[in-house]
Amino acid sequence: MELISILLLVLPLLGFLTIGLLSKQMNRNLSGRLASAVIFVNLVFSAILFGFVASSNSTIEIPLFDWIKFADISIPFALTIDRLSALMLMIINGVGLLIHIYSIGYMKEDEGVNRFFAYLNLFIFFMLILVLSSNYLMLFIGWEGVGLCSYLLIGFWFKDHANNDAAKKAFIINRIGDLGFLLGIFLLYSTFKTLSISEIAAKASLMPSGDMTLFFITFCLFIGATGKSAQIPLFTWLPDAMAGPTPVSALIHAATMVTAGIYLIARSSVLFVLSPVTMNIILVVGATTALVGGLIAIYQNDIKKILAYSTVSQLGFLFMALGLGSFSGAMFHLTTHAFFKALLFLEAGSVIHALSGEQDIRNMGGLRKKIPFTFALFIIGTIAISGIPPFAGFFSKEVILTAAYEHGLGMGIIATVISLMTTIYMFRLLFVVFFKSESKALKANHHVHESPKVMTYPMAVLAILSMVAGFVQLPKLFSETQGFDNFLTPIFEKSNSLVAASEHGLDVQTEWLVFLVPLFIIAALIFISYKRFVTEKELTEPTGLAKVLAGKFYFDEIYAFLIVKPLGFISDLFREFVDQTIINGLVNSVGNGTLFAGKRLRRLQTGNVGFYLTIMVLSVIAILFFNIIL
Amino acid sequence: METTVAQIQTIPLQYYILFCSALFSIGVIGVLAKRNALVIFMSVELMLNSANLLLTAFSAYRNDPAGQIFVFFIMVVAAAEVAIGLALLVVVYRSTKTIDINALDRLKW
Repeated sequence: MELISILLLVLPLLGFLTIGLLSKQMNRNLSGRLASAVIFVNLVFSAILFGFVASSNSTIEIPLFDWIKFADISIPFALTIDRLSALMLMIINGVGLLIHIYSIGYMKEDEGVNRFFAYLNLFIFFMLILVLSSNYLMLFIGWEGVGLCSYLLIGFWFKDHANNDAAKKAFIINRIGDLGFLLGIFLLYSTFKTLSISEIAAKASLMPSGDMTLFFITFCLFIGATGKSAQIPLFTWLPDAMAGPTPVSALIHAATMVTAGIYLIARSSVLFVLSPVTMNIILVVGATTALVGGLIAIYQNDIKKILAYSTVSQLGFLFMALGLGSFSGAMFHLTTHAFFKALLFLEAGSVIHALSGEQDIRNMGGLRKKIPFTFALFIIGTIAISGIPPFAGFFSKEVILTAAYEHGLGMGIIATVISLMTTIYMFRLLFVVFFKSESKALKANHHVHESPKVMTYPMAVLAILSMVAGFVQLPKLFSETQGFDNFLTPIFEKSNSLVAASEHGLDVQTEWLVFLVPLFIIAALIFISYKRFVTEKELTEPTGLAKVLAGKFYFDEIYAFLIVKPLGFISDLFREFVDQTIINGLVNSVGNGTLFAGKRLRRLQTGNVGFYLTIMVLSVIAILFFNIIL
Repeated sequence: METTVAQIQTIPLQYYILFCSALFSIGVIGVLAKRNALVIFMSVELMLNSANLLLTAFSAYRNDPAGQIFVFFIMVVAAAEVAIGLALLVVVYRSTKTIDINALDRLKW
């Protein structure tokens, strides 16, 4: 088992080094297959570990080596594999493998394809470190590493400056969150004198609820999660990150990296349940983000931006779940979301590939006849994300909605509204791209073709997963199949036991209402969207309130005005005044002074011997004088 | 020997010091104010000899022969220096046809 875990971690690193160092010489077709083979082996190993942990309910601890060790500080490099890590392993390697295979087809014509697969493998490596680590500092290494890889991959087509700006934006906003995470780590160490996750959980469970130190720790950790998982106010990087290739968006921004924040909070569940204030903050921030993301998505016109804001909204929804204390519900929705969001992004990539680079949905339409396979899978993805039974999204959303209603009617309604907004923007996307009559731009494009099998087969696998993955946990209404909850019970039982005995569950009538009413509203929304988008002629320009939504609530503009401009001003001030005038002036004046002194002093060289003799005599007199008198 | 020394000691030491200072100053002025290189050499010799005289006087007054031995050293150095200096002067004369020191002004800035 130990060997498997170590290999699991090391293989992607070796893949990165091999493909990366040999990227100039390597055959273009080899790099993709090699990278995918590495992840396939990883997947096999993950399955073995998963089976082991599932059947034996034990935790594998593998200390690797002593990393930091001096005085009384000892932070080892160690792996922990329990059910939560095993679940994340399956998601990362499974979805990662499918995306690697898809990328073989998508990036085939690109000249930097070797570099791409090297970066993808590196990303998987860092994500695995993040998930398998047994202490917070090692987790932070993985955290930073995936941030780095997302920078490299978003700015993959680096010749276009806009991509570089997007990559920088992602990295810098991430960094702001990382400051919070670091502060949290410092606080953790000073409070518990250790950074090992399990030891901290054990020590923290003895502390009282509402403890101030725990509040600050969890708040700082939450700020870190905000940056990584794109919550308000640090979410503006995610839509811009769509500048990268679509497989990158699928892997990093839908399935793995953005879920790192949620994983962090789930891992530290003991800390979080003991600070109800932080849980409330998480709940409010999550709900706001979900609402804002959903509202913006309704008015976007770029296929990938719609999906990006959808991700922001779904992540807000996941944070709501965490804030409500439904940790396993959050992990369940994280899993199903990974499947259908990756599916949707890959399909978007397929559409873009089919139209040779077109991303604006106003230039699409009627594609259901031209790319039928993608169309079929897109329907599956849309239904899954909208939470329509029996596809996976419904079951995972049900868990969260139930938790919301248990918290209170108001929160339940907000959660329902958020779910319904998903229906609106996703079906808008579906109808405009596939059902609407062809736009003029599309008619001119004769080269619309279906994607190759290497791209459609991974999508098909994800579609199947999106359809069936929900059945592991049915609503309590219908059956006792609570597979997910049961699976993760050992992980969360400590934190669940610390919460006051959970309030009464919902009574049966409310549960039926929660189940049925959204379905009717969804059906109505689908009907209204159909009429609005398929039958009417053109997508109109938004006006009034819609304009604010279409302008993404002007977040970017506000940030530019409040933060970027003053920083630019200060930077210019320092450049002009401090650097150019003062420091350059000082350095130049040294040189100028030397020249000036030289000009004056060389007049001593008169060439006149008599003058030299005079100076000699005067010097001797002066020396004698100063020696004798002084 | 003692009678010579005793006779020398009848003249107060200050006279010797004053006299040698005067000689030295004349030498210095000669070095600074004259343009003829040979005259400058002579003035340097004059300075050296004034030092010799003073050393001898002190040696007599203090009955210490070390002063006079030092005078020998100074004479040797003076002789060597004159030899080299005159050789240099001959070379300079051959190239500039003059022994005016103001002719050597090419090392100006």
